[in-house]
Amino acid sequence: MTGRGLWITALIVPPLAFVALFIVYPIVSAFAYAFFDWQGLRRLDFVGLENFHTVLFVEPYRSWTLNAFKNNVIVFFALMVLQNGLGFILAYALWRELPGARFHRIAVFLPVVLSTIIVAYLFKLFYHPLFGVVNISLKGLGLGFLAQPWLGQSGTALWSIIVAQAWHMVGFPTLVFLAGMQRIPGEILDAVRMETESEWVKITKIVWPLVAPSATIVFTLLFVGAFNWFELPYIMGGLDGSPFGSTDVLGLYFYRTAFGNVSSGQQDFGLGSALAVLIFIFIALVAGVITTRLRAREIQL
Amino acid sequence: MSLAANSYYDRKGILATLGRDGLLQIILIANTILMLTPIVIMVFSAFKTTPEIFKAPFAIPDFTQWANFARIWSETNFLRYLLNSFVVTGASMVLILTLGTMAAYAIGRYAFTGANFILMFFLAGLTLPLKLAIIPLFMLMRDLSILNNQLSLIFVYTAMGLPTTVFIMTGFIRSLPNELEDAARMDGASEARIMWSIMLPLVRPALVIAGIQNVVPIWNDFFFPLVFIQNDSLKTLPQGLTTFMGEYTTDWGVLFSGLTLSAAPIILIYILLSKQFIAGMTSGAVK
Repeated sequence: MTGRGLWITALIVPPLAFVALFIVYPIVSAFAYAFFDWQGLRRLDFVGLENFHTVLFVEPYRSWTLNAFKNNVIVFFALMVLQNGLGFILAYALWRELPGARFHRIAVFLPVVLSTIIVAYLFKLFYHPLFGVVNISLKGLGLGFLAQPWLGQSGTALWSIIVAQAWHMVGFPTLVFLAGMQRIPGEILDAVRMETESEWVKITKIVWPLVAPSATIVFTLLFVGAFNWFELPYIMGGLDGSPFGSTDVLGLYFYRTAFGNVSSGQQDFGLGSALAVLIFIFIALVAGVITTRLRAREIQL
Repeated sequence: MSLAANSYYDRKGILATLGRDGLLQIILIANTILMLTPIVIMVFSAFKTTPEIFKAPFAIPDFTQWANFARIWSETNFLRYLLNSFVVTGASMVLILTLGTMAAYAIGRYAFTGANFILMFFLAGLTLPLKLAIIPLFMLMRDLSILNNQLSLIFVYTAMGLPTTVFIMTGFIRSLPNELEDAARMDGASEARIMWSIMLPLVRPALVIAGIQNVVPIWNDFFFPLVFIQNDSLKTLPQGLTTFMGEYTTDWGVLFSGLTLSAAPIILIYILLSKQFIAGMTSGAVK
């Protein structure tokens, strides 16, 4: 090997080794693990597709899987509106560079830099049935009849956590959309101004199609994020997705199956790995479809 | 019919009095209040006693009341968690930026067979949700005997940070002009010397972007410590916070000051460097 070849090898091998050992190898192994029976940390026999069969078709796993999956779907669509939809509107407002825009931009992104754990505990305290600021405010406004144990009942728990998530992350799509809008050439906007007065036409026919690349990215990231959701429900709903599994999502369910929970203490690496593989394949497939579908409608400027 | 007509005029009425920009301005102000109120309540409550929080959550507190913070200082492991977070994040960042620049420099500066394949290999790591590989990672850390050791966190964070860093740095390093490098080579400078003294000083702006993009998720991460670290004295801040919140459940003043203390470092740095933070954290999503 020449000196140049040695030099390039010396530069490239250490970083490659890190990625190979701590990303590629674990992900490949996760697929292999799913085909074995496990007892604690010990790998036993090869069992083929049995683990997959169990989590998909055998009770009680079947209803747990379906319930968690259903909740992830709700989370995804709710955040699509609350996080990405609101983000688009805020980006549009920021784009006009009204007085104070710089301040508003900094404010909307501030929660994004906070640790999710801080956000989770903060909102858990805010939602407290007796002393939480949400119920205290409702009572103060004469809306005391609306006060309720937000995280304590099945009907409101998941939605309360979704609202906390939207508060935490709305700044991200906002600033990605804003960057997309700022790349729209001025000539196009001038031309539109000559054609129409209507703000609605301008948004739907010009701005929205032209920020399509930003939309592709935030939609895909939201999808991957929603189906990997873990920290907020873990702190606010608990590892069991209480109350009564109403805040259970695939991330919690996978973690609980793999590592066991405090109350039952069972752990099963085989079933956990099967869940991980199924979630992984689902995310990869759907994210792939979303990306190619949305790419197709992007317009090159 | 009349209802529809009414709402049409109402909408027109708002637009006519305020104008389009007025409406957008109201949306922005309302949103900013919504974004800042929870943080303001958190900081206010940190200076109150628990009964004060229950009675008047919005009242401005006496900012000379540091009793809650004093208790955190003397009674909890908070400082330890903070220090651990600094150590883990700092070590990971040094590794990410060093290794990332090395790989990016090799890929971006030299034409060699397999360069594109190697870049693709790194980029593949960009899209894979590593949380789902937590079982094999756990076994790997056990086999390496670094479970319950901060090295496990540092190694995982480094591997997770490399794809984005290699991606950002390769693009930047490719765009640097060749003249300086060629001139140095003619003068007989070694490849290592060219990289260190001539090219690296030029990549600082890209290092800042790559650094911020990685530092925030690493500083805030909770999932990997949850699985890898059991020993209380090794816990990072987000993980330590769960221990702490469990111990003081009824003492809301202390809870809020703990949250405020945990949030303070990143909020302060963000306010100082908001432009770089926004650019860095959205750089993966903004072409």
